[in-house]
Amino acid sequence: MWRRPFPWFIIAAALLYALYPYFTDDVGLRESLLLAAVYIVMASNLNLVIGYAGYVNFGNIVFFGLGGYICLYLVTALHWNVIPAAFVGGVAVSALALLFGLGILRLRGAFFALATIGVNQAIQQLVVNFEPWGGATGIYLSLDSYGSLGGPMQALWTTYLLIVVVTAASLLASYAVRNSKFGLGLLAIGENEDAASVLGVPTPLYKAMVYSASAFLPAIAGGLYFFKSGIIEPSSAFNLQTSIEAIVMVMLGGSGTILGPALGAFLYEELRGFLLTAQSFSQFQLVIAGALLLLIVQFVPGGLLGWVHQHWPKTRRWLE
Amino acid sequence: MSTLLEVSRVSKRFGGLQAVDRLSLTVSEGEILGLIGPNGAGKSTVFNLINGVYPPDSGKVLFAGQDITGGPPYRVARHGIARAHQIVQPLGGLSVLDNCTVGACFGREALPLPAARKAAREVVEMIGLGDRSDTLAGSLTTAGKKRLELARALAARPRLLLLDEVLAGLNPTETEGMIATVRKIRDGGIAILMIEHIMRAVMSLSDRIVVLNLGAKLAEGSPKQVADNPEVVAAYLGDSKLLDAAEKPA
Amino acid sequence: MIGILASIIDGILIGAVYGLAAMGLTLIWGVMNVINLAHGAIVVIGMFVLYTVANMLGLHPYGAVPLMIVFGFVVGIALYWVGVHRMIGRPELMSLLSTFALNMVLIGLGTAWWTTSPYNVQVSVPSVSWQGYTFTGTHITAAVLAVVIAGLLYLLLYHTRIGKAVRAVATNREAAELCAIPTTQVLAMAFGLGVALAGVSGTLIATMFPFTVLSGEAYQLKSFVVTVLGGLGNPAGALMGGIALGLVEGLATPFMPVSWIPIVEFGLFVFCLIAFPRGIFSFTKA
Repeated sequence: MWRRPFPWFIIAAALLYALYPYFTDDVGLRESLLLAAVYIVMASNLNLVIGYAGYVNFGNIVFFGLGGYICLYLVTALHWNVIPAAFVGGVAVSALALLFGLGILRLRGAFFALATIGVNQAIQQLVVNFEPWGGATGIYLSLDSYGSLGGPMQALWTTYLLIVVVTAASLLASYAVRNSKFGLGLLAIGENEDAASVLGVPTPLYKAMVYSASAFLPAIAGGLYFFKSGIIEPSSAFNLQTSIEAIVMVMLGGSGTILGPALGAFLYEELRGFLLTAQSFSQFQLVIAGALLLLIVQFVPGGLLGWVHQHWPKTRRWLE
Repeated sequence: MSTLLEVSRVSKRFGGLQAVDRLSLTVSEGEILGLIGPNGAGKSTVFNLINGVYPPDSGKVLFAGQDITGGPPYRVARHGIARAHQIVQPLGGLSVLDNCTVGACFGREALPLPAARKAAREVVEMIGLGDRSDTLAGSLTTAGKKRLELARALAARPRLLLLDEVLAGLNPTETEGMIATVRKIRDGGIAILMIEHIMRAVMSLSDRIVVLNLGAKLAEGSPKQVADNPEVVAAYLGDSKLLDAAEKPA
Repeated sequence: MIGILASIIDGILIGAVYGLAAMGLTLIWGVMNVINLAHGAIVVIGMFVLYTVANMLGLHPYGAVPLMIVFGFVVGIALYWVGVHRMIGRPELMSLLSTFALNMVLIGLGTAWWTTSPYNVQVSVPSVSWQGYTFTGTHITAAVLAVVIAGLLYLLLYHTRIGKAVRAVATNREAAELCAIPTTQVLAMAFGLGVALAGVSGTLIATMFPFTVLSGEAYQLKSFVVTVLGGLGNPAGALMGGIALGLVEGLATPFMPVSWIPIVEFGLFVFCLIAFPRGIFSFTKA
């Protein structure tokens, strides 16, 4: 994989992304880039399940939220450093996802989709009633918690850089999977699960593996993001709307490709920023996202990248 | 020639219909066994029972001595059984080459990706789709899709190939080509169990034939024996001219 | 003990309405293989139609019922053309996302218009007393109306030409096409029918309980549970499944906090899907 140019391109882009605001000391830019980065993480990992294997995970936010909770709990209650805490969050959430996945991935189509929503709602409900995690109020971080990273100001930069690392890892992982035997099996499942099974693809195992894998990096990103925010509470940690927006991002950019979800995340984030500031539109966020999704699914199901591939087939080779 | 596939008294019922009734058959290495019978006789169901799409209500399926009854399909594929379906199932969004690579990656040999790609390329050339190897499977012609179906099954380097009406919908030239291809496959060491309606092809290709009617075995034997069998003629062939087809040199 | 019995009976009454809602969902699925993720939004539309009719237009609340059936049918056909038509025959993923997008648009518009505040419509129907327990008049009326509407659906499907066309298309679209049935129009009508059923169930629910723009989600989950219980594409099974779900809720309500009920339903849903893929009530399939 490292012999091809594409991964190096991702690393170069990530370096630029991380270091530009750092060296210009542009906090405003950093904040908006951080948000975009988080969305890219969510969208590109979600793409593994939707774009490759063809299963719609409506409740993908649960990985992000649960990862956030585990990380913040370890930091506040057990005084861990955020980096191992976020990592452990990632591992724990993927393990849980593997367990849940084996169960709900037996379901097809809409039933799986609904089950993922149910998982998110159920976990949100459990957390609301779970006192050690702050119940409905959530967990607050005191300024001391940032001491391990050299104080709040430094911590904000460090978490930004870490999130960019996670983002780059997500894109590299997408690339690695796509060019692996595992990825080919997933694509076969996405095209025709029964035919894939007859061809020898171990469908239950692969589906559970990709569902679990798609949880890892978003859970870490959740840990880092909520650490930076200083607070986590159930309604924002498990916000279904964000989950849905991740799906729109994947479809917008082009599901099943590597750059597509990143592109979609970036564009959607810009659109959302514009809509929120334009007062008259802020209420219509969901309507516009929905209309966008409707148009994409009906007329440009391959998203932006899919459209480009269709009109310029040669780009299929290098613009993945 | 040792026995490769042994289907032993399998039965399958769907609601009120006994689709397969205590059927037994064997396929030996290097053999072409033809499976014929009127529509609705249960032939495709037998295939589904063999490669594990659903389990039989009773009976066993043994492959190279191992019990593969009930599947799941991917386990059966790993043992070395590949299938070309009657209604083709291309992985439409993947290229022809990628389709075959899937077969090579997950079939009996379970090759790693680079080796699988190489094996896939060979099969694609062999089957005559070399010029279209990068085309998306969904945009092939019907004949192309049928070839792909076969190529993909072959890419898995199976020991037994289940062919479900591969000749359906082909014009005479294409049919000749396919018959030659099937023979070539068998000569390459792969046993074949084929469902077919084109009598000329079945009679000339098969070493042995099993006749199915209403889910049960009606007759079994060499093509000539089957063609001579009055019950088979009554239930299915209905025409003594088919005797000529059996006697014509292949 | 009687308290639980009363709770169960009440649950069965409400369950009939759940069944009606699920009939809409399962009809659409059975005819065109589309799982309508805008179902919840349509239930909400039904609720607000009641509000508009009763509170804003000052008409008799139950007048909203036939109104919603007609309105729902028309809206359903419109939704079909906007969001579903191009998805027929495409991979399931696409129709899921398409109907889901419709859901987003509808709920988004609803939130913009009505906000997420709770609404309530007062419907005064005399209650029935028995053994010291009162059965709310609205619940009884809603259940009766639900069964009546279900009965009308049965008559439509099995005793009219249009119903026959719908059933033909559901069984085998190509064959129906060959019989000169205008299948696309039939699909649109079937979708309209499904939406009408879902919408009117929302209207009936609104006669019984307060609601918000976001209430649809809970009823969508319930409808899916019922559809799974009754078997996909089986309207009679849906009615039975609805009553069964109502029964389960009636049993559970005295024993657990309200916010846990969706989790129980979700668990039941996943369990049924894995254990009974064809539905518990599939024997009722006509």
